Amino acid sequence: MNMVFSLLAIVILIFIAMGGAAIAGLKPVFFVVIPCGAFAVFVAGFIHRILSWGRLPVPFSIPTTCGQAKSLPWIKCDYLESPPCTATVIGRMALEVLLFRSLFRNTRLYLYDERPVYSSAKWLWFFALLFHWSLLVIILRHMRFFIEPVAPLINGLAAIDGFFDIAIPTIFLSDAAIVLALTFLFLRRVVVRELRYISLLTDYFAVVLILCVAITGILMRHFFPVDIEEVKTMALGWVTFAPYVPKEMSALFYIHLLFVSVLLAWFPFSKLMHMGGVFLSPTRNMANDSRMSRHFNPWNAPVKVHTYEEYEDEYRDKMKAAGLPLDKE
Amino acid sequence: MKLYNRGIIIAGIVVFLAAVTFPFWYDRGKTIAPPAIELDTPAIQKLADKRCVEDTAFMRDNHMKLLASWRESVVRKNVHTYTSKDGRVFEMGLTGSCLKCHENKSRFCDRCHDYAGVKPNCWNCHINPEEVL
Repeated sequence: MNMVFSLLAIVILIFIAMGGAAIAGLKPVFFVVIPCGAFAVFVAGFIHRILSWGRLPVPFSIPTTCGQAKSLPWIKCDYLESPPCTATVIGRMALEVLLFRSLFRNTRLYLYDERPVYSSAKWLWFFALLFHWSLLVIILRHMRFFIEPVAPLINGLAAIDGFFDIAIPTIFLSDAAIVLALTFLFLRRVVVRELRYISLLTDYFAVVLILCVAITGILMRHFFPVDIEEVKTMALGWVTFAPYVPKEMSALFYIHLLFVSVLLAWFPFSKLMHMGGVFLSPTRNMANDSRMSRHFNPWNAPVKVHTYEEYEDEYRDKMKAAGLPLDKE
Repeated sequence: MKLYNRGIIIAGIVVFLAAVTFPFWYDRGKTIAPPAIELDTPAIQKLADKRCVEDTAFMRDNHMKLLASWRESVVRKNVHTYTSKDGRVFEMGLTGSCLKCHENKSRFCDRCHDYAGVKPNCWNCHINPEEVL
């Protein structure tokens, strides 16, 4: 049911975009107001979410470790799995952010001879990694529409991405990879019974929305070309604060742009915020140093204490009279 | 409310802002005009009827697909003539047809291709007419 509703949301978006394409008067809305508004919501919402997380105290030292902690000198410390200091935490975070190390440890549980058995399951890790890196390459390649002159780095990236020079225009490997990876990630939620049970509307929506962005982009590149000079002039209009409304654009371009705008505007309110959140996970970004330095709970109210020195000062005469030993005479 | 780890949180937000607003900094203060392609080559000036193979809007969007289909038609099917939508007949060929009129690669092809960051592989085989002179 969740899946049906998420697909329904996509269809509604397509109809909105096609409606926009049919009415010429709505061009400034679809080509300036919606994309710029979506970008503003994305930036402001993202910062708001990060600040709201930054205001949450971390009461305990809770790094999740899976290696030998730093201990006696002859016991070998596993620096990346149980980082004792900031530098090793950075190493561990880099592995997590760039290579999804915790997903790599994903296991599958199944019954063998009526006994539960865990086995390694790397598919999710592989396709998740493939998807995220492809998305990064695609976003960087799209910079060619936003910067003039196009930086050599962006052209170089496009050249590597289109290395095999298949077809005209060249098929980008990242385009093929992202469709493959997203199809896997979507089917995984549809086919696996347990995952279908726990999948929410937004889980499907996120995957399908990005998949639709990729597919409309590929359609425009290889099957129904659009005037990309107009597209770039419009994109440059946004970033130089000189809005430009392009001439005739196909409905496909309206759909692509609306999908991207919806993705950007929805981003800060969705689970896609793991883009910023991954850096703020206490289980990953804290050092396992609880035996070396004390972690203070910021919640702790100031406690009123009565030290022994104060106690002795208060009762010195009485203690002396009773013949009790005193620290200070 | 108190912001914990203030330094690192603010630093992270600054990095995020710098990344997403990169095009704004890169293009700041520029007024970028869309590329102007030059169509006044001697060959075009001599033409009585200044029309390309197909209409301008079609050529702008689809020239790469047209050229790719021409290549396939000539190389694989040995068909050398193209009949346009309005019935005119052309010989298929980049050097033989397109470049006869559009001999100014640097002021025609490259203007838009550089602007859009496109590197077509035409020139791996075809010679740039400007270099012949």
